[in-house]
This record gives sequence, structure tokens and C-alpha cells, in this order.
Amino acid sequence: MNAANRAGWRPEMSAGGTGCESVTSSGDRGLMLEEPLIFELGHKGACGVDFDAPEGEPLPALSRFLRKEAPALPGLTEPETVRHYTRLSRQNYAIDLGPFPLGSCTMKHNPRLNEKMARLPGFADVHPLQPQQTVAGAVEAIEQLGNWLVTLTGMHSVAMSPKAGAHGELCGLLCIRAAHEARGAARSVVLVPESAHGTNPATAAFAGYRVESIPATADGHVDLEALKARLGPDVAGVMITNPNTCGLFERDMKAIADAVHAAGGYVYCDGANFNAIVGKVRPGDLGVDAMHINLHKTFSTPHGGGGPGSGPVVLSEALAPFAPLPFVTRDADGAVKLIEEEHAGDEHPQTFGRMAAFHGQMGMFTRALTYILSHGADGLRQAAEDAVLNANYVLRSLEDVLDAPFAGSGPCMHEALFSDAGFAEGFSTLDVAKGLIDEGFHPMTVYFPLVVHGAMLIEPTETESKAGLDRFIASLRVLAERARAGDESLKAAPRLAPRRRLDETQAARKPVLVWKGDSA
Amino acid sequence: MAMRYLPLTEADRAEMLGVIGAASVDDLFAGVPAEARLSGPVAGLPMHASEIAVERQMTALAAKNLSAGSAPFFLGAGAYRHHIPASVDHLIQRGEFLTSYTPYQPEIAQGTLQVMFEFQTQVARLFGTDVANASMYDGSTACWEAIAMAGRVTKRSRAVLSAGLHPHYVSTVKTMARFTGDTIEAAAPKLEAAADDAALISAIDGATSCVVVQYPDIMGRIPDLAAIAEAAHAAGALLVAVVTEPVALGLLEAPGNLGADIVVGEGQSLGVGLNFGGPYLGLFGCREKFLRQMPGRLCGETVDADGKRGFVLTLSTREQHIRREKATSNICTNAGLCALAFSIHMTLLGGDGLARLAGINHARAQASASRLAQVPGVRVLNDAFFNEFTVILPGDAREAVRALADRQVLGGVSLGRLYPDAEGLHCGLLVTATELTTDEDIEALALALAEVLEGVPA
Repeated sequence: MNAANRAGWRPEMSAGGTGCESVTSSGDRGLMLEEPLIFELGHKGACGVDFDAPEGEPLPALSRFLRKEAPALPGLTEPETVRHYTRLSRQNYAIDLGPFPLGSCTMKHNPRLNEKMARLPGFADVHPLQPQQTVAGAVEAIEQLGNWLVTLTGMHSVAMSPKAGAHGELCGLLCIRAAHEARGAARSVVLVPESAHGTNPATAAFAGYRVESIPATADGHVDLEALKARLGPDVAGVMITNPNTCGLFERDMKAIADAVHAAGGYVYCDGANFNAIVGKVRPGDLGVDAMHINLHKTFSTPHGGGGPGSGPVVLSEALAPFAPLPFVTRDADGAVKLIEEEHAGDEHPQTFGRMAAFHGQMGMFTRALTYILSHGADGLRQAAEDAVLNANYVLRSLEDVLDAPFAGSGPCMHEALFSDAGFAEGFSTLDVAKGLIDEGFHPMTVYFPLVVHGAMLIEPTETESKAGLDRFIASLRVLAERARAGDESLKAAPRLAPRRRLDETQAARKPVLVWKGDSA
Repeated sequence: MAMRYLPLTEADRAEMLGVIGAASVDDLFAGVPAEARLSGPVAGLPMHASEIAVERQMTALAAKNLSAGSAPFFLGAGAYRHHIPASVDHLIQRGEFLTSYTPYQPEIAQGTLQVMFEFQTQVARLFGTDVANASMYDGSTACWEAIAMAGRVTKRSRAVLSAGLHPHYVSTVKTMARFTGDTIEAAAPKLEAAADDAALISAIDGATSCVVVQYPDIMGRIPDLAAIAEAAHAAGALLVAVVTEPVALGLLEAPGNLGADIVVGEGQSLGVGLNFGGPYLGLFGCREKFLRQMPGRLCGETVDADGKRGFVLTLSTREQHIRREKATSNICTNAGLCALAFSIHMTLLGGDGLARLAGINHARAQASASRLAQVPGVRVLNDAFFNEFTVILPGDAREAVRALADRQVLGGVSLGRLYPDAEGLHCGLLVTATELTTDEDIEALALALAEVLEGVPA
């Protein structure tokens, strides 16, 4: 029996299986291939790298620090390595394979030109601490992207260094905190709507604030009156997602901002859903003081199975002086300039400091800039319009079979929200999601936002064709009918994926986080 | 409009509007107050462009930079230029890795999840820790997360940083501590041949949550982790070791084996290029008993409904999407694709290959140090180093670095760039060599430096 066989199919599973399993002696089934861990594949002495330089003797002064034995890690030759990761890759769903309608995640096509440009040696093979005279193009690329972000949002400045959306949130809140401190006013509370993404309250707490929740109205918006009633001298600011996680534009945004400003607070806008309004609405016109932009959402830098992201934060004039280092700006002559600690005292004295080593996610900046230059102002606007059009098409094509709690109040923005109301007893959103897997689609976001029972949040994005959407809608209609009718076979889904439902309780109760197969 | 990334045709749009029952796309934006809606494309920005046009523009920008591969190159200080095997970049561009999301649907994300599990095991074994997470943003943010975690574990809030900790890491930590109220003790670095472990140990007291030690340190020196661990533990504090150059652990003992309780690092050296500072990946390992205080994503082994082995994200009750304001960190998206690149490179090397790579790095650095020591006016500071060491120049090294760049030589990182306020350090130059450093590069640096120090114009 080979290692794959141990890891995957076992003889006893052929009895009492799902009925759709074809038994093979290898454990593989046609193009569905099992793959062992590298630790089960590796063999002594194998290495996928040849070395041509001599090693020599370590410095005598180093002798007491030397490792007694090499790390216990297996090596694989190049053919084994390529095959291992290629086989693993085939167990993943991806945008390149089909619709990936995860609400709030904006999984759109990742243009390959972006990858090609990011790999130009002039961007990819440049050290962050090279003398400035050798990196003028890198600084200019950052400034160009920053200029696009500032112009598209109607804001004053941008902090480019945050590493992801949540890091951007932190940047914005630290700017707010620094601004209050500069005014000599300590404020302790940040207001967050209950529909907010989990990073919002987590970030506010990480920045040292107490988090208080603001309720939603029955039609899925922030309750303006409740928010106004809570404002006071202890409230540092609010965190509003706009468009919100129900897929709706917060129409009272300007009124919210005016009220918050009148009470001496600042407005943080979570820009995770900027894709719906880029080129259509400038958040700066609505009184926003800080907003992060997920380059890995709106501007299509690839999500890579969980990052890297990039979360530049656009800032109002009030918050710009506090932006973190390094800070890219232009001097009086219009020349691009990178301000680091060396010159911060003269040129950016109120900065709250550094959030991370180096300049931020340069590799993501070059991809996003390529995407933006490709689309231009008109293409970005068209992308937002098509994203909203696609979402409304999904909403109206499904609302007769899936409960759409806010569909009565008008169109949605870039994502369509449904609930599990109407499903047969014992059938849940999870069953529909797992059914989609068998149908060849990635499920939508499930059980988020929390304000809707059994939420299903569908964000098709603008890069889905109408034909692709029609196929998705047809499958989801069938699944909705099955859930409403109480079709028991749906509970067994997925049956056709590389794995069936996984036991998450066991994983958490007795965590196995590293391979220990060789520790007898 | 028609554009190469937008599949909807005008006919599609019209048909879909019909299904929706809207007269125009603008009607779909009815929820946006009219005064906030722009009537056309944002003013002052160019319109869409072809691949050819964009490629020209980006290539022109890239050409304004001096790339590391086109000059003798000796920079390090937290970002290292190593050879990346061709298969690494090929594999991370598989669309199934590149264009997938965080694996929230494990049945169709076993590829990503198994890589995470393998990555966690590789990092734990490299660091000598029981467990490791699935990555953080970078080394500097991982360093702060370790301090925050040590605070949760010890219920103390005073962190003592070694004088050899990367100054950007110190700044990052101080930024965060300013807002959380933690006390950060950071000693000023000195130009001494060996790290001052005794001074660090004497700064530990009964209120100390953790001691944070970079290994090797910012000047390339090797602190005695075992002695520091003993002192930290005697005071009830944790030892946090910070590794900015993981290749060093092919030669040097793993921090976890020397008593470190939490080991964090920058993983960029393996599989990830310089990229002008990012994206990189933070490495994070610790003792198993602290597992539930760890930040970030964790992948665990389990079984599916048929009893087959599979992997899932686990212990998410620590994380923001479940715990919201009570989470151990606000991190969400981390550095998945960089972790994949790291893991593939590590798989190609294996433990023995990493040891050989480390040996070559060390040998190249020794050759560089020997040659630079012959340049008049130059002195090598370190007794011991791995692949990075400090040389003392007769004047401000920042000027020397600029003058070297005028000669198309990227000669190192000046300590003045890193410590603008510490005048006593300004004569220091950090020099790094890796397996990519040739004898010709070393000779070019030595000759150019000699000229620069003699004041010969470029």
C-alpha cells in the first residue's frame, strides 16, 4: 500500500459508503488524486537544490551557537516537489475555475498582466533600504497609486503601509486616537454597528477602545437615531461599513458623519465594499475621515488562499498629520518624496509612528496600479456598475425561492443577501452551501452578517458573465427548492468534492497542528 | 463600454435590467443619495488602456530603479536576497493557489489547508517550538503580536527589548504599546563586538512579561539565548526570540531548543523576493501550552464523514470573526501565498539542504569580511556572525552608501539610516552576503569602498 492509500481511501469505506464512490486500489479516482504529506513522501538525502559553492569552516567564535543537527525536515527533488504541489492545488476551488461569490470578499478575476508587472526586476528585486537615488521608480509607483486612491475617494491623503484590511482599520483608529490625544482629549469608546465585520470590534479593542454596538433598523441600515443618542464626549468615533454588509448603501452616511463631527468624534469607514461604488461615489464627499481600501478586493490583487492583502488608508485633512511612517508625499516642487524617521521630525512631526518594517505591500501596489491603469476612470466606474447589476440580477432571479429580507426596500448594491426562512425543518444555510460545492460552485458567504438568520451573502462581482451567472442561479434555485422540500439527500452534501464534511469539533477538541508521525 | 476584463455585453446589460425591472443602471444606485452620486468618471484621471500601453508605463517606472541583481549587492537588515528555485514561482502561480480564498469551505480547499499544515510543521521544526501558526503579515508585526501574547500569558505588561532588535521592529512595537498602555524598555544599541547580554538580563524584573531578543541581532551578533532564557524564566517572564534571517537556523541552534517560549520571525528569505519591503510573511511558533493565546490562523488535522484524513481551520474561537472585540488579534487575511512560497522552498531544500545553504552563506560572509578588513580605514566589528556583519568606517556610512550607489554598487545598510538619532552609530555599515554573492561582487565592493573613502570622485 502506498502512502496516498494510507492517507485517503481505506477498504472498509467501500461498505456503507455514499453509493457514488468508485473503489480503486490506489485510493485515487481518475483525476481526483490523493496526496500524502511531504513528511510522508520525503526521503533521506533528497534535495531539490544543487549547490556549487564551498561551505568552509564556521568561525571559531560561532562554535558554541552551532546547531547540533539539521532541522528534521524532509527534502524532495524538483519533480517530486512540482508533483506534490500540483496535486494539492487540484484539491482547491479557485476563481480561475468558476464563480466564487463570497459576499464581502470581492473575489473577482485576477488579471495576469498584474502578475507579470509585479515580477519586473525593477519592482520585485529591489531592497527596501536601498539608497533613495536607486528607487525613484518604486517611490513614484507608490505615489501614483496613492494619488489614484485619494482622487477616487475624494480624500486628502493616504497611508500606504498597512498590510491588510484589518491592519488598515488599525491604522485609521490609531490616527483617530492620535488626533484626540493631540487635542488633549482622551476618549474611550468606539461605536460599531452590529452588522459589522468581526475585524471592526477586534481592531477597536486592539487600539485600546471599549466597543459599543449600534443596532440596525428593520430595513438593514445603521439606526441613525440610536447612534445620535449615544454620541457624547466619551465617543472617539464610529466605524461604519459602506456599502454595509447587508449589501445596502448607508444613505444616512452624511448625517451620521455630521452628527459624529458635531460631537467631536471621527468617522471610520470600512472600505471592504468599495468595489460597489468606486467611480460612482467619493466617500470623502460624505464626511468620512479614514477608510481602508482592500487592494485584494476592489483592485484585484490575488487573494492567494489567505493573503497577502494590502490595506492603504485614505485620510481626511484632519487625520492626515498623524499618518504612519513611511509616508509618501510631494514637496513644493511636485517631486515625490518618501518620509522616514530621518526627516519625520521636520516634515511629518505628528505621525503616530511606524506600523510595520519597511514600506508596505509593494508587490500588491504594482499589481493594483496595473489593474487601475488598465481600467482607467471609466473602466472602474463600469466595473462598479456591472458588479451592482450582476448582484441585482442574482437577487431578482432568486427572490421567489429564497427569502430576501431587504429586497422589498429596493435594489441592493454589489451583493445580494438571503436568509434561511422557508427551509424545511432541520435544513440550514450550511446544507445549501455544501450542495453548491457538489454543483461545481464555491458557496456564498454564510451566517454573515449576523443580523440575518442563516444569512447567505452572494457577491458575484463584475467579472462573471451573464451565462456564468445563469448557470449559478439555476443550480441555486434547485438547491433552494430541495431545502424547502426537505430533501434528505442534501444533508449528505458534498459527496463529490475531494472531502466530505469535516469534523471540526474533533479538530478543536484535540488539536493536531503539526505532523508527529516520526516521533515514535 | 467594452473592456477586456468585463464580460457583460451591452445586450446582456439590457436583458438583465429587464429581468430586474429597472430602466437603467443608475436606478440600481437609487439607495445612494443623489447629491453623493457622480455623473461621470472621476475627473482628472486617465481612461482605460490596453495591455501594451499599461505594460509600457509600468516598465518605464520599473526602469527607474536599480535592481539588486544588476549590481554588486550587500544589503540585509531584515530583508535578504537569496536564490529562489524556478519551481517556487511557477507553483505559486497555479490558479488554484493564487486565486483561491481563505479556506472557509474545507471540502474544496484541502490544497491550501494541507499546505498550511505542512508549513506549520516546517516552521515549528525550524524554530524548535511545539506549534506554529499559518503566518502573520511580517516579522515586525509578528514581534508585536508575540509581546501582546506574552502579556496575556503572564498577566504582566512590561516588555524588555534587546538593544539588538531591528529598529523598525522596535518602532512598530512602541507604536502599538503607546495605545495599549504596555511599557516597553528598549536600550540603545552600542558599537560593540558582542551583544551585551548581561545588560539585557539586568533589565529583567518581576513585572516583566517578556524579553525580546533578535537572533542574530541587527548588527549580526549572536546573543546567548540560553543564558537570557534562564534569567527570564527565573523572573517569571517569557523569552521571545526574533529571527529575521531564517536561513541562519540551518547553522545556528534553534531558539526553541535554547529555551525561547515564543519564536517569531520574518520568513521572506525563503521563497519570497525583496519586493521593496513587501509582501513578506511573519512566522510565529510557541510552546503548546500557550496554544489558546496564539494569534492568527491555525490549521488542524481531522477526518471527514467517510473517515478520510483532512484539514480544517481550527481553534477559531480565538479569532476576530467569532470573538469580535475579545479576539487574541484583529488579524484576518495573513500571508497565505508567501507562506506557500516559503513552504515550497523549504521542501526543495529539506533540513540538510538548509544546513548546506546556511554554510555557504556563512562562508560568503567570511570571505566578504576578510576582504573588507583589508580596505584602509575599515574595521570589522563582530567576533561572530552568520551572513551579516558590521564594519566601522572612518566617517558617516550614509554618505559612503550614497557614493557607492553612484558607482552602481549597493554596498550595505548604513546604521545612520536605521538610527538617525544615534550619532555614535553613524560610522557603522551593515554588510550581508548570501549564496548569490560572488568573488567579483566582493572585489567590486572592496575597490569601490576604498575609492569612496579616499574621496575619489565617481
